[in-house]
Amino acid sequence: MSAGLIADISIFVLSILVGFEVISKVPATLHTPLMSAANSIHGIVLIGVMITAAAAHSTVGYVLAFIAAAFAAMNVVGGYRVTGRMLSMFHKRATPAESDAAGKARQP
Amino acid sequence: MSTVQTIVAFCYLVAAAGFVLGLHLMNSPATARRGNQLSASGMALAVAATFVLVVDEGTITATGWAVLGAGALIGAAVGFRAAVSVKMTAVPQLVSLFNAVGGGAAALIAIADFVRITSDVHGVMGSRTIVATVLDVVIGAVTFSGSLVAAGKLQGWITGKPVVLPGARVLNAALAAVAVACGVYLISGSDSIAVFTILIVVALVLGVTMVLPIGGADMPVVISLLNALTGTAVAMAGFVIDNTALIIAGALVGASGGILTKLMADAMNRSIGSIVMGGFGTGDAGPIGAVGPGGDIHRLSAADAAIQLVYATKVIIVPGYGLAAAQAQHTVSRLAALLEDQGVEVSFAIHPVAGRMPGHMNVLLAEADVPYDALREMDAINPEFERTDVALVVGANDVINPAARRPGNAISGMPILDVDHAKNIIVIKRSMGHGYAGIDNELFVNPKTGMLFADAKAGLEQIIAEANALVATR
Repeated sequence: MSAGLIADISIFVLSILVGFEVISKVPATLHTPLMSAANSIHGIVLIGVMITAAAAHSTVGYVLAFIAAAFAAMNVVGGYRVTGRMLSMFHKRATPAESDAAGKARQP
Repeated sequence: MSTVQTIVAFCYLVAAAGFVLGLHLMNSPATARRGNQLSASGMALAVAATFVLVVDEGTITATGWAVLGAGALIGAAVGFRAAVSVKMTAVPQLVSLFNAVGGGAAALIAIADFVRITSDVHGVMGSRTIVATVLDVVIGAVTFSGSLVAAGKLQGWITGKPVVLPGARVLNAALAAVAVACGVYLISGSDSIAVFTILIVVALVLGVTMVLPIGGADMPVVISLLNALTGTAVAMAGFVIDNTALIIAGALVGASGGILTKLMADAMNRSIGSIVMGGFGTGDAGPIGAVGPGGDIHRLSAADAAIQLVYATKVIIVPGYGLAAAQAQHTVSRLAALLEDQGVEVSFAIHPVAGRMPGHMNVLLAEADVPYDALREMDAINPEFERTDVALVVGANDVINPAARRPGNAISGMPILDVDHAKNIIVIKRSMGHGYAGIDNELFVNPKTGMLFADAKAGLEQIIAEANALVATR
């Protein structure tokens, strides 16, 4: 096993642990935007597609690159846009006095 | 490493930090938007850096630029259009669709890599690359076809009922065995394009046959699982082309999907193992004990419901999928605002699996202008039902059935909202029909419960009209 592969596997495992740590703190209220945001993040596959397209020199390679580029761009652009749209809908109570009411019972 | 490669590698690091911090900022609705913008900025930086890298290396042909640019433009336009026009009730199928194309793109990277190397006479596939390639293709293809079927089910193009083909389990086991055999053959050092093609086709079919038997009620689990798989596929694509940005981002998504899968499975009282092995949503409901509703149903008129609500001090509204199906989220929001104007304390109790994907109900209510501090999670709100004058249940069923606290029935052990602890309960429901679990709900015959038989939207409208009349004479 090469040192590079071991480094990659280490990065992979540690990233999963970081992901667990960060994401387990997200409240259930935001689980849909969270999943949508995670969806946008795997749009990073677009850069993989760019590197693949740079190596393509055959018809099959070009066709695959074209489809992959369309898929990845749709994923990344649509994902971030719809996540932003959802999050813009979340707002607090209008009255400032009650703004910290979440989690606490209010005065009757 | 050239200077450009070094700079690009640092850009990837900054982008990855942006993804982690962006996800971290999602721990509160107040900062979540900033988190999404940070994550998007990281993505833009990674793409720009890769652009520079590709230009610097200079191996890309003019045709390569053309197909890349055209594909990206078309994809971006379609994605943007879908994102701005989608209805919030349809978000689960859009997320599924984006999941499908993400997994598909990850698989295509490995496919393109395999085709390029094997068609080159001097090409040698390293053992490191072929393992990642096989994993990427299998996971990516399963996710691609599986997510498309899930999206089709959510959209109603494919029946939401579990489609159980005869011998489906045998078929799935056979497909999995073929996939493993192909994978082992390829990893053992044979670069056969025919075997590789079989592997792709088998994985695509497997995605369909795995998701097709899943019922609509289990969609939150399925979408989460497919999300985790896409993340893993992207990470594998990172191993194929030796790119740390893909590995980190894919791992983060895999972790996110994994956590949500576990949370959803727990909330539905199923183990992840039994879901994966057993065909989703076919339900393992055994015979139901003596749970039949022994008592009488107490019917409630909209006028009585309005009186109870307006004169209450504390009201908890429990929305279920029936509310979303009836498009009644705006109506329920209006009722909540009306009651708050009368000095009633109103909160919403959200069960983790309310809706079609994790947290879906919160988005629907947020869109209907319900403030997020009124949206309360199950564990936080359950102790408050005892101090609640009226619990108003709209279109929820299994998640409020007290039978879950007893052993011996289909929902035993499932975490539920303690609606029966409230002083009074109003249930708006179209009929005495069963929930997904197919068992009677003893809450409906509880002496404290009044049943208002109506469509969620119509029932709420009636209550609002009566409450308005009541307030006018107050």
